[in-house]
Amino acid sequence: MIREPQVDQVSLSEGVTPDEKNSRRAFFRAAGLTGAALALAGCSTEGASLLAPAELRTAVIGITGSVTLDFSMEIDVLNYAYALEQLEAAFYIGVVTNAAFASIFAANEQRVLRDLRDHEVVHRDFFAAALGSARIPNLTPDFSTIDFANRASVLQTARTFEDLGVSAYNGAARYLVRADYLAVAGKIVSVEARHAAAIRDLLNNRSADFAPNAFDQVNTPQTVLMAADPFIVESISAINT
Amino acid sequence: MPIQPETPTVLSTLEPDIAARIVSRRGAITAGAKASGLVMAGLRLGSVPAALAALSTEAYGQGRLPAVVNGVLNFALVLEYLEAEFYNRGVAAPNLIPAGDRVIFQTIQSHENAHVAYLRNALGSSARPKPTFDFSAGNGSGTGPFADVFTNYATFKAVAQAFEDTGVRAYKGQATTLRPYKAILEAALSMHSVEARHASEVRRLRGNFSDLEPNQGWITNTTTDIPGTAAVYAGEANTTQLGINVTTVTPVAAKEITEAFDEPLTMAEVLAIVDPFIV
Repeated sequence: MIREPQVDQVSLSEGVTPDEKNSRRAFFRAAGLTGAALALAGCSTEGASLLAPAELRTAVIGITGSVTLDFSMEIDVLNYAYALEQLEAAFYIGVVTNAAFASIFAANEQRVLRDLRDHEVVHRDFFAAALGSARIPNLTPDFSTIDFANRASVLQTARTFEDLGVSAYNGAARYLVRADYLAVAGKIVSVEARHAAAIRDLLNNRSADFAPNAFDQVNTPQTVLMAADPFIVESISAINT
Repeated sequence: MPIQPETPTVLSTLEPDIAARIVSRRGAITAGAKASGLVMAGLRLGSVPAALAALSTEAYGQGRLPAVVNGVLNFALVLEYLEAEFYNRGVAAPNLIPAGDRVIFQTIQSHENAHVAYLRNALGSSARPKPTFDFSAGNGSGTGPFADVFTNYATFKAVAQAFEDTGVRAYKGQATTLRPYKAILEAALSMHSVEARHASEVRRLRGNFSDLEPNQGWITNTTTDIPGTAAVYAGEANTTQLGINVTTVTPVAAKEITEAFDEPLTMAEVLAIVDPFIV
């Protein structure tokens, strides 16, 4: 069953910049009519799919609460990224909309976390538009292990997500054949690495922690999905890796 | 002297992904495959990608990487030589880096030297020698715009930021060329994202960790507060990705959209940027 996001039951419009809140799109999001819901309702979705009909995914999704990503299909590599970006966006929306946000984070930390919220929402919405009707449904985050009112809990989770994201993009590159897909993955992974360094520095300022190795990790989809699994209600599996 | 891109003259007839097929990732190592010093060096660095790429180099045979790969790796090597020597000299300079910041630059220094070592080993006898650098950006005169780079900490940090942001864009620009050579692609990407970590830290350090624009960890539009670095940030205001005008598919403002995507530079663009630093 496709469920509504349960980020503290926060509507996704709270993740947008204030001057955009009255836009039609924000209205739809606030009403819970996200792209996948619109697609299921037979409405047109935002952004044209770049994919030829033959490339449209046929994977079984949704009703069983499980998602299978077929890495022999490039669109599912993009769906893998879309899944991770959904998770990150939901997390940071939960962070910045928590009542304790302004009291547990210093002003510069609030600036960093709001920027990360914006960037991850951009990544999520970009992949949704690029995938069009080929995208996986909206995932349901499970953040029950995170104390959003606790600075260390939030930052440690952020560090996990950002490092995981970097390792995921670095490990997904081998499945991308189209040069433009590889290029756009490259454009995003370095931003995730910038995030990772900033979060690590917030945890341990002016230390060596911002970049723990000369070579960043390159993780397989299985490793990444196993690490992400506790934070996502649906079960996501990878095949043909 | 400008360094010209190395144009491959003879494309290797080797199967591009032969390495990936011969080397079944970690299995080859754990199964007791004969691991060379380079492979073990990669493992000691805590880097499976570096070890894998070393194995792949050996699968091709020493010095027998396809010419197109050699060209990209030698291009990367020039940049890593530049960065490594820059930090080696900066960390050694008396009274330059405050005690509290030294760990940051020592960390970056160690990474850039590890990148040089990896690339030199991967290239074997095809590795370029290290150029002579002029970190004032004076093409050897020593009197370029950054003449006080090793005596003025603000200048040193500014040049560091320019090098790191350029490095990110340089690796990114070569990813599609390396695409068929997956083990090497992964090693390059694992250095690419480390350069991005460095860039983020140096950018934020320059603002004393206030995280106020433009001293945030990410690049906003083409904004730079460092004179003479417009070319380092040219093209970073792009909001169109995969043909999609991203401003039309998200409620987030255009400024943050530009921050959310780092843009590539071509080899020629990067070489033009670093040319004043090379004698």
